[in-house]
Amino acid sequence: MSQEHCIIIGGSHAAAALAAGLRQEGWEGKISLIGADPLPPYHRPPLSKAFLCGDKSESELLIRPADFYEKNNIDLVLGSRVTNIDREKKTVTLHDGGVISYTKLALTTGAKVRKIPIEGSDLGGVFYLRDLGDVQQIKKYIGKGKSAAIIGGGYIGLEAAASMRKMGMNVTVLEAMPRILQRVTAPEISAFYARVHQEEGVEIITEASVKAIEGSGDVNAVALADGRSIPADIVIIGVGVLPDVELAEQAGLELDNGIVVDEYARTSDHDIVAAGDCTNHFNPIYGRRLRLESVQNASDQAKIAAKTLCGNLTEYRALPWFWSDQFDLKLQIAGLSQGFDQVVTRGDYANTRSFAAFYFQDGKLLAVDAINRPKEFMLSKRFLAEGKNADPVKLADESVEVKDAFEG
Amino acid sequence: MPLITFVSHDGEAKEVHVESGTNLMQAAVDNGVDGILGECGGVCSCATCHCYIDDAWVAKVPAAEDLEKDMLDCVLEPKDSSRLSCQVEVSDELDGIVVHLPESQF
Ligand SMILES: Cc1cc2nc3c(=O)[nH]c(=O)nc-3n(C[C@H](O)[C@H](O)[C@H](O)COP(=O)(O)OP(=O)(O)OC[C@H]3O[C@@H](n4cnc5c(N)ncnc54)[C@H](O)[C@@H]3O)c2cc1C
Ligand code: FES
Repeated sequence: MSQEHCIIIGGSHAAAALAAGLRQEGWEGKISLIGADPLPPYHRPPLSKAFLCGDKSESELLIRPADFYEKNNIDLVLGSRVTNIDREKKTVTLHDGGVISYTKLALTTGAKVRKIPIEGSDLGGVFYLRDLGDVQQIKKYIGKGKSAAIIGGGYIGLEAAASMRKMGMNVTVLEAMPRILQRVTAPEISAFYARVHQEEGVEIITEASVKAIEGSGDVNAVALADGRSIPADIVIIGVGVLPDVELAEQAGLELDNGIVVDEYARTSDHDIVAAGDCTNHFNPIYGRRLRLESVQNASDQAKIAAKTLCGNLTEYRALPWFWSDQFDLKLQIAGLSQGFDQVVTRGDYANTRSFAAFYFQDGKLLAVDAINRPKEFMLSKRFLAEGKNADPVKLADESVEVKDAFEG
Repeated sequence: MPLITFVSHDGEAKEVHVESGTNLMQAAVDNGVDGILGECGGVCSCATCHCYIDDAWVAKVPAAEDLEKDMLDCVLEPKDSSRLSCQVEVSDELDGIVVHLPESQF
């Protein structure tokens, strides 16, 4: 048995993919996965979707069953937080004081929710939504006929709204900007989601300025600056996440809106790799550095990091993609739309529940948001990765097959 | 527990026993069958769980829904026997099923 020991700090999507990837790549040494969460790595996306409304059980959340780690000789150290990294001695310290030596280290510390100072946010029934533990608590406050206020109209907030509405709750979404999803999509998509949520009975208030969360012991309302009071048995705050770089910072690794890694997922210390929501990396398809918050990036970058640790340097080159499920809407996003100057829609977004929006910059296709349009998503995903462009006029014309809108 | 045989693109077979009610993607991932990725966790969003049902078994597997069919039209090397493995539930009727894996999921 080799004397190598890889410690993976994290315990979610990236950690799971990294550990499995190491074994696939032939890593013979010891592997320890140290995670603050008490559960083995689980899927986070269902937390605001199928799991929240009770369509999925806790055991169905696991990315791999617990015995997978055992069979692959991966030590799970769960419910345990790393508090210190000593790069000279090559050791990590656990919250209980234990010290463990490594030869290689992988940081998959992910992201943590952005907290906002609001009066009353310490009341019972006020939550952020990131971990299974959050949802276990949330479940005590939800149920048919109850009222929920969601602060933040991003994907997670809207998914939580849809899930709770499905359960028969009265749901209000409070968005500070003039439209929901403003940071991430075109106005057409925002208008579309606002319409469907309203059709389904969710109330959306834009340009909402939250003054305070009110109640005694438990929450009972959200007070807006304009004097309105929104009744609420539960409040979920979803206003984005920040990369968790605490350990990397303490260890003196290079940071810049995340842990800076190279194309092989190496940090500024080449015995330490990093992957997932916590990294800032270069994307060769878009020619710029990015920090992503997606399962795709967590899994794909983790596999690259595993290869690197096994001495097989492979460039990280992946087209970002993402999904979101709300009501009967299946959104699939391929590529990154930031910087777009033109949006072309295919299908009737004002009256139906199926269409796609294609984003262009200087005539070059950047990304697609496809709603109940799997073909548009699948083909764009492949062709964008291959660097192919598409003709906006043909894309907008439903009589032309999607694949014929792309260059040959 | 039903038996499933996954056959990799280069012909290597792996037999696994799984509970009825689980799906073929989860069966593969749980047992370290590398040819299936299952990035979206089984919600029919990613198509990284593409597989081919062995010809002898195609008729016994319930048909795909429209969404899955549209995704399958656009995978690499689609065949009549193509399925997204996360959408195929394992049942006692499928005990012994043989599933072939594509060369690549991208
Ligand atoms: C409700 C919800 C819905 C989502 N839906 C989607 C979706 O539909 N599609 C999609 O692509 N993405 C979705 N995401 C985003 C996706 O879940 C993340 O991109 C993904 O989880 C990132 O994985 P990660 O491993 O990089 O980090 P994380 O999942 O953030 O995990 C990091 C882990 O590291 C642990 N940790 C941190 N510091 C330490 C330490 N010092 N010691 C020990 N452990 C530590 C944390 O406890 C945490 O468990 C969703 C996220 C949420 C919360
Ligand atoms: S696992 Fe994503 S489509 Fe099957």
